[in-house]
Amino acid sequence: MLNNVGRPTRPEEMDGEVDNFETYTGNKALNLETPLIFEQGEPGRVGVDLPEPKEFTDRLGGLSREGNIGLPDLSEPQVLRHYVRLSRQNYSIDAGFYPLGSCTMKHNPRINEKAARLPGLGDIHPLQPVETVQGALELIYELGEWLKTITGMPAVAMSPAAGAHGELCGVMAIRAAHDAKGEARTRILVPESAHGTNPATAALCGYKVDAVQARPDGRMDIEAFKAKLGPDVAGVMLTNPNTCGLFENDVKEIADLIHGVGGYFYCDGANFNAILGRTRVGDLGVDAMHINLHKTFSTPHGGGGPGSGPVVFSDALAAYAPVPYVVKGEEGYRLQEQVEGDAQDSFGRMKGNHGQMGMFIRALAYMLSHGADGLKQIAEDAVLNANYVRVGLNDLLHSPYDGICMHEALFDDSTLKDTGVTTLDIAKAMIDEGYHPMTMYFPLVVHGAMLIEPTESESKETLDMFIGSMRHLISKAQSGESPEHFTQAPRFAPRRRLDETSAARKPVLRWTSSAS
Amino acid sequence: MTKKYTEDHEWISLDGDIATVGISNYAQEQLGDVVFVEVPEVGAEMGKGDELAVVESVKAASEVYAPVAGEVTEVNEDLEANPSMVNEDSEGSGWFAKLKVADLGELDALMDEAAYQDYVKGLG
Repeated sequence: MLNNVGRPTRPEEMDGEVDNFETYTGNKALNLETPLIFEQGEPGRVGVDLPEPKEFTDRLGGLSREGNIGLPDLSEPQVLRHYVRLSRQNYSIDAGFYPLGSCTMKHNPRINEKAARLPGLGDIHPLQPVETVQGALELIYELGEWLKTITGMPAVAMSPAAGAHGELCGVMAIRAAHDAKGEARTRILVPESAHGTNPATAALCGYKVDAVQARPDGRMDIEAFKAKLGPDVAGVMLTNPNTCGLFENDVKEIADLIHGVGGYFYCDGANFNAILGRTRVGDLGVDAMHINLHKTFSTPHGGGGPGSGPVVFSDALAAYAPVPYVVKGEEGYRLQEQVEGDAQDSFGRMKGNHGQMGMFIRALAYMLSHGADGLKQIAEDAVLNANYVRVGLNDLLHSPYDGICMHEALFDDSTLKDTGVTTLDIAKAMIDEGYHPMTMYFPLVVHGAMLIEPTESESKETLDMFIGSMRHLISKAQSGESPEHFTQAPRFAPRRRLDETSAARKPVLRWTSSAS
Repeated sequence: MTKKYTEDHEWISLDGDIATVGISNYAQEQLGDVVFVEVPEVGAEMGKGDELAVVESVKAASEVYAPVAGEVTEVNEDLEANPSMVNEDSEGSGWFAKLKVADLGELDALMDEAAYQDYVKGLG
């Protein structure tokens, strides 16, 4: 059919083959290629029109730079297009379902962003006189009060910049407490299913890491734990719920046992989303726990923004918490910046300023917009969604641990045995289906692990589509009909499968001009 | 020459009182492509079960433990430049370190090849 200017209005019959179709530009319609930024531009090209500087004498004492600093000369639209194109090749929580286990990739509500952009919060500087930023200090203080109330803990340090930094803060406080008693303890007990950052933190603080094995039900083996206790144990680092998505039922006994030998209990709060508003860690005997605002309290992460990992402390460790912190007084709010006075036992400072202010604003906006009842429902829905996924896939994928899970559903690769399809291949095929893959091969204690954390943000429709897609993939893999559907995936991503081995064995860490 | 295995998938092969240590073929299959190996210093004193080396693959980083106590007499320096040797020949040229064994009796507690193969089968 032709319209009145002779243009066809209906397509001819379409040829189905697109796999080997190549374009001149390398672009594929909306999927636009971009060279490295260093490979673009032209000497002398600029984004802004600045006047030539007048003659001047520098005060660098003859240390001025002689050579070129090697930055590309680019126009504004070139820079803009480069980064917009890169961003469109990326996957984000704003674009789709992101079931990355142990990462709590939940929706980042827009009201948080609105609050963070208020001029009185967005346009201030951390070194402004405190009398000009009373509102900002009040916000930090209030957020700390919420965190203390939610966890049932008497003290909080707001400055740690992310989860692992929070762990470091907690273990530095444990170390300071032992030092204050004149005790040189050498070991920290860490279950083998722990996040890798736990042993790294203990080692960074000078402790020997002693791994405690898991029981067949996926929890820490309390008998093995008892056998390792002794007067040289500084503490235990336990994630609860743990990385197998299970609640550590013996947590109270673990706390009593570690206290019995004079050690402290560090709880990794990375998975706090699952127990938010339902379990007060203060009642469990925890001495320190970090809270990832970028997970549980919906601030952006995974490339979208910095983390923030405030740490709550028990009375036993409160005195050793880092400076600075906000103090509420009759004259308003002030900052305790030095290790003196009330803070004389503090282990010191671990960050230049007070912490991730932008994340504090977003986290408090999230708390206030949910209220106490809403926060409780977050944990309920997160656990419900994870179990919905677990039950939806349980006849096709094997759960290594029986029973109800917490915030994430864990499967092993036993039902893929002898199919020629691995956990990695399933993950790559998920990319073609438009999903960010789940966490794979972690926790290490589960063979070919697939760890799926849907979070409470997702609707039943999203979960049904995801479960349907996973059922399709797993059934297809188990049928053994077309393993290349998996081994050749991804087909539709901007790049096909990458050579991780060469990337690790021969990493190229610095760009060099192909011309040189 | 006796070759023995541990439950953590190290092998140890004895020649006089010098033992060569590496990881089993099963272990390298499980690890996948090995991308980095950290070997100990020559002269280091190892207790039984101490961390002898670290092996990093595209999937995970794992510790390799000393199957018996002893002093490190030699390390496989080629592994630094060529970690793929662990995948290609884990029980031969992909060895990690040699130990001067303190107590030869400690080897008795380890599995022989047949017992190790049975053990691996049991892991599924």
